[in-house]
Amino acid sequence: MFAFVVRRILSIIPVLAVVAVCVFLMLRLTPGDPAAVIAGDNATTEQIADIRGKLGLNEPIYAQFVIWIGKVFQGDFGESFFFKKTVAELIAQRVEPTLSLALCTIVLAVLIAVPLGVYAAWRHGSLTDRIVMGFSVLGFSVPVFVIGYVLIYFFAITPWEIGVPFAFITELFGKQPWFTIDLGGKWFPVQGYTRIGVSFANWIYQLILPSITLAVIYIALISRITRASVLEVLNEDYIRTARAKGLSNRVVLMRHALRNAAVPILTIIGIGIALLIGGAVVTESVYGLPGLGRLTVEAVLSRDFPVIQTVILLFSVVYVLINLVIDISYTLFDPRIRY
Amino acid sequence: MIENFARRVRAAALGAAFAGSLICGAASAQTLRVVQNGNLTILDPIWTTAYVTRNHGYLIYDVLFAVDEKYEVKPQMVDKYEVSADKTVWTFTLRDGLEWHDGKPVTSEDCIASLKRWAVRDPMGQKLAEFIKEYKAVDAKTFQMVLKEPYGLVLDSIGKPSSNVPFMMPKRIADTSAMEQIKEYVGSGPFIFKQDEWKPGEKLVYLKNPKYKPRSEPASGMSGGKVVKVDRVELIEMSDVQTQANALIAGEIDMLEQPPHDLLPVLKADKNVVLTDWNPLGQVFVIRFNHLQPPFNNPKIRLAALYSMRQEDYLKASIGDPKYYKVCGAAFICGTPFGTEKPGGILITPDFEKSKQLLKEAGYDGTPVLLMQSTTLPVLTNIAPVTKSLLEQGGFKVDMVSMDWQTLVSRRTRKEPPAQGGWNVFHTFSVSVDALNPISNNYFVAAGEKSWFGWPTDPEMEKMRDQFARESDPAKQKALAEAIQLRALETAQFGWIGQWYGPGANRKNITGWLTAPVMVLWNIEKK
Repeated sequence: MFAFVVRRILSIIPVLAVVAVCVFLMLRLTPGDPAAVIAGDNATTEQIADIRGKLGLNEPIYAQFVIWIGKVFQGDFGESFFFKKTVAELIAQRVEPTLSLALCTIVLAVLIAVPLGVYAAWRHGSLTDRIVMGFSVLGFSVPVFVIGYVLIYFFAITPWEIGVPFAFITELFGKQPWFTIDLGGKWFPVQGYTRIGVSFANWIYQLILPSITLAVIYIALISRITRASVLEVLNEDYIRTARAKGLSNRVVLMRHALRNAAVPILTIIGIGIALLIGGAVVTESVYGLPGLGRLTVEAVLSRDFPVIQTVILLFSVVYVLINLVIDISYTLFDPRIRY
Repeated sequence: MIENFARRVRAAALGAAFAGSLICGAASAQTLRVVQNGNLTILDPIWTTAYVTRNHGYLIYDVLFAVDEKYEVKPQMVDKYEVSADKTVWTFTLRDGLEWHDGKPVTSEDCIASLKRWAVRDPMGQKLAEFIKEYKAVDAKTFQMVLKEPYGLVLDSIGKPSSNVPFMMPKRIADTSAMEQIKEYVGSGPFIFKQDEWKPGEKLVYLKNPKYKPRSEPASGMSGGKVVKVDRVELIEMSDVQTQANALIAGEIDMLEQPPHDLLPVLKADKNVVLTDWNPLGQVFVIRFNHLQPPFNNPKIRLAALYSMRQEDYLKASIGDPKYYKVCGAAFICGTPFGTEKPGGILITPDFEKSKQLLKEAGYDGTPVLLMQSTTLPVLTNIAPVTKSLLEQGGFKVDMVSMDWQTLVSRRTRKEPPAQGGWNVFHTFSVSVDALNPISNNYFVAAGEKSWFGWPTDPEMEKMRDQFARESDPAKQKALAEAIQLRALETAQFGWIGQWYGPGANRKNITGWLTAPVMVLWNIEKK
């Protein structure tokens, strides 16, 4: 096991090398000039050329790469072209919101999706099963930003009188909804983020809507896989044997079925965590969270090369480590797996 | 059952309201929360022309002169000024009590260093610098600008309201090369920048400068008394425009600089939000031709393109509501001292047949013109398809290439033929206040390589601009401005495709948003 972990950690090195070369080349070869962006709209060609020189962008690409990679080896990821702050400092400021969002989302998704999937499998073919699967299709189909805006509309900007959220009924039919109950103010903030060290209550409060928004697709994904895995296991002989021995449904389900169905579920949770980074980009924009996703988008749009390069390297490390953790966790659920 | 449910939900709502109060508690009634159009990344307003950086500059720095509501230049940091009889020596005396945020007094040396750094970067500053023989610090509060010969735009230059604004900085900071960004942000303006609270991509914080001494005159435009009525300003960075609007409706922010037109009805419908027309001059759309590459290196073909253009088509496509646009043929902006539409301004009556005839005479070979379309700036997205349609009706073949704005601003710097990564035509817009005279209006520069993108060359135009710069008689300046506008039309130097407006939006409890060409945050009260 130890050798396996060391091997996997060492495998990060070639992955990072390939990622570093690819990202560096892609950024240099695609259109876009950070100097032109920095200079502003009224700048002249001469001013842009001056800035390009200051940023070292007139050097040959290989020279730029050697300079950059040399600094990376010394732990210096460079300075943002725009903010004049070190990339490490920028990432340190942005990493907490993204980690918080990812954590809340995955906890929420697992807590909801696994029981839903197990229950749907247990009640295979029932109305509940169909509802869960219907939700699953819906969760896959609706874009994250639509879920975000809908939740904001209902829970952040519309005063919560029952009936009022259905104001579109009034607009459509010219009639007030048939009842209204005043429930006070708006429930959640539209945007913003409070650091956990400042206030835990505010931290969790401001993450509720973003986490639900991002969790929907993962609930759909995990519940579907859980259902399929558990369903497959439920048809196995050892389940029938367990039932024949007179074990309760709960014990059969939890101790025998779910444990044996765990490997695909863990795999999909692992993939989900990796995919969260992509989903976080949209969610962070919709809810104004100052996280890594937004930093990446802003850096790409403004061609802030040092930031893009470092963030992508960081994401690569995270992907590899997540996969490693998932691989190790298999051994906890399936004793046949040994590394 | 409904009552039971209601009780539970009410309890949840109370909990949420309590949690909400925790968040709101951090921001007192004296904190003004504002979202600008775009994220603020660069903090040196001399190094970049970005408008968000200019706005940041107005918070922390002060200026020698500023324009009032009528666009007349008024003293700001300057108490009094004199001009010698031969108009070559300008003597400026600073107001009493001007102080940097670090407590040191503002001196003549500081102002001279600031003007010199600004003049390296700003086109109007560069023009002014051509006429300056030397600066002299007479004493701590008085300095002189000695000119080689009279220059008609001294006050217009050092009182220019938009990028790059000649902001005053302490000498030790202003001595930074104009090619380097400053790293210390100390001004003498009405707000103090809290650099330690700056979270890039999240927010910037400014505190009221308790030692700032506003002028005694009432605030007017960018001039007059800059009285700060809040304790703290937070510029919140929020990239998504829908989220900006939602946050304003929810009361989480107080002001939006300029929401997009399609969100105005949503904001207007909210009883707690009002739209404020703070910038009556608005913005202008422009079409730039590449004068270096065929076919637009041929003036007849550029003229043919102008015969295909119809300003209102663009404005309808991009802005929509006629309340927010104006068909205007004045390239120095309708309603300003040099804005004139005589005899038709810079517009030609559209005539597709005439366009086709000109193309035939010019020998246009049917090579498609490469039109760059920006897809990421909503206000520009619909403009390029209009140009494509109009040019095609006028006999052109058009290859419209879509790209994000940052790619466009990079590609427009390239002078190569379109097939090698260059371009033929693109659109942009700027705030109208940047275009009020032939010197500040970049689009009129026709000095070849030194011109703005498109690089037109027209010695006659440059001669006329030079005459305008030297002229100090307003009547003669106006006549020259008219002639310059006509010259730009004759040579089809660029296309002028409309003036438009975008109101700001604010909560109803916000009052005192000044009418000015730039969003300023003094004088604003939060009740």
